[in-house]
Amino acid sequence: MNIDFLQTPRGKLITFAVLGIVLAILPWVLTGGFENGKSWVRAVDFALLYIMLALGLNIVVGYAGLLDLGYIAFYAVGAYTYALLNSPHLQAMLPYWLHNPPFLLMLLIAAFAAGVFGLLLGTPVLKLRGDYLAIVTLGFGEIIRIFMNNLDRPVNLTNGPQGINNIERVHFLGLDFGRPVEWLGLTFDMVHLYYYLILAFCIVIIFVTLRLQHSRIGRAWVALREDEIAANAMGINIRNVKLLAFAMGASFGGVSGALFASFQGFVSPESFVLMESIMVLCMVVLGGMGHIPGVILGAIIVSITPEILRDVINPLQEGLFGKRVVDPENLRMLIFGLAMISIMLVRPEGLWPSKRRAREFHEHDEEARA
Amino acid sequence: MSEALLQVKDLKVAYGGIHAVKGIDLEINQGELVALIGANGAGKTTTLKTLVGMIKPAGGEIRFDGQPTARLAPYHYVSRGLVLVPEGRGVFPRLSVAENLLMGAHVRNDKADIAHDMERVYHLFPRLKERQAQLAGTLSGGEQQMLAIGRAIMSRPKLLLLDEPSMGLAPIIVQKIFEIIRMIAAEGVTMLLVEQNAKLALETANRGYVMESGRITLADSAASLLANEAIQKAYLGE
Repeated sequence: MNIDFLQTPRGKLITFAVLGIVLAILPWVLTGGFENGKSWVRAVDFALLYIMLALGLNIVVGYAGLLDLGYIAFYAVGAYTYALLNSPHLQAMLPYWLHNPPFLLMLLIAAFAAGVFGLLLGTPVLKLRGDYLAIVTLGFGEIIRIFMNNLDRPVNLTNGPQGINNIERVHFLGLDFGRPVEWLGLTFDMVHLYYYLILAFCIVIIFVTLRLQHSRIGRAWVALREDEIAANAMGINIRNVKLLAFAMGASFGGVSGALFASFQGFVSPESFVLMESIMVLCMVVLGGMGHIPGVILGAIIVSITPEILRDVINPLQEGLFGKRVVDPENLRMLIFGLAMISIMLVRPEGLWPSKRRAREFHEHDEEARA
Repeated sequence: MSEALLQVKDLKVAYGGIHAVKGIDLEINQGELVALIGANGAGKTTTLKTLVGMIKPAGGEIRFDGQPTARLAPYHYVSRGLVLVPEGRGVFPRLSVAENLLMGAHVRNDKADIAHDMERVYHLFPRLKERQAQLAGTLSGGEQQMLAIGRAIMSRPKLLLLDEPSMGLAPIIVQKIFEIIRMIAAEGVTMLLVEQNAKLALETANRGYVMESGRITLADSAASLLANEAIQKAYLGE
């Protein structure tokens, strides 16, 4: 394919138009084309939530170079903020005006709450880097989860391991996202409605991260990642820039978490285990750290592949051996793990890295050729 | 006469128990190029780092542009116009030449002016223009030094502090770097130059200070220092 054509204004327009049409009809293709189409749309909805998470983590890890292994905590904060304000569980204790806030305001509250937690994490780790930072963030992520697990006593705040259910769906633009809607002869089920809702916010977040990348702040993050002392000598306020990275990344996670809670209708500490943090980090690294298209691709692959394997493994096993030899759930993660290892061995810079990162990894090849 | 651009009075700096700088006085006037020479370990680099707030002084006073700098956080110095080109250059190795230069302009917000200054730097260093897309880490030592100086110019310093710009460079490159330092000085940028290559530094500067184990032992015009027999013996190798 001619890549140059895609760079021209007309080429870009066509690319975006095609992409727009594909995204618009995707859920209908899935529901129309597959027997269990709705669960596929559901998987895509989750992939979109993961894209938001990965883009948020990309700010912290990819741009500012701060390794964060507890990122899922901000997703949890966003989800629980939504859950607490939009379910009967805590509403009896809350003043009336705090019940079911308007949707956009709710998202702002979730983003703000997660951002505050981002600052809470960022402040004590200002002086830490690399492996030390990773350990502290890991601990932070676990603390948040354990708090949610145990804050059912003395006051029942989070309902402990049982989690919070009966969470209200989103009510926005006169729509109840929990009920099917008939429009243009199509039945928009909850998964469809949420698809478009999450997609819209995903696009907003992509746009914001794109703008951030080329802003003064974006450059300051890069300077911070490359050399803290030199960055300081450039007149960059290291402390504020770092805290901003933590807070900004966290707030994306918070928005994603709020959408997650409303989509699931249920939250519990189980959704926010360390494995989730690691998965999101994998998305960023596997796709191409610091490169937005790469991170999006990474999020899609890491979240969708296990779903595909789920559908493929059993027929495959039965075809090969005539019976199920291995528990599909275990085999799925085994294959997935092997795939990740091989990708990292073959392409350590990620599947779709920025030109810069690809160059860093292949500098030596170039030197060897020259 | 109006107040000097930089006034240092009885500056003392200590690392742990070691007194690296034991009460020095310095003055730099607008438009001057001043050399600070001395042997290894005399406290020259420590003095520079203290001037830009990277090290907190143990005593004394620093006034820059009419105001004391004691309470400023390190990142404020650049926007006040006090910029250090550190020893060993400190460029961002994994950023391109152009990106490095833009980093220098971080404290500024006027896009048109920044673009204009980029051209100015490229005019001073045609070599950097040729290599603007190249990663800074792949530049030669001399080119990295040029980049570090160019990047400092991008922040429009009122006082540019240069720490050992000749360090680790081939003699012919050193000549080139000093040519550029003269060109920048001719444009009216005030500079404090710390150098081990005392001869070259004094030939370039208007005035000079000689530092010995944490104290200023001599302060004079560059020409008189060059003519001073003791200096010739100790630092000029004649």
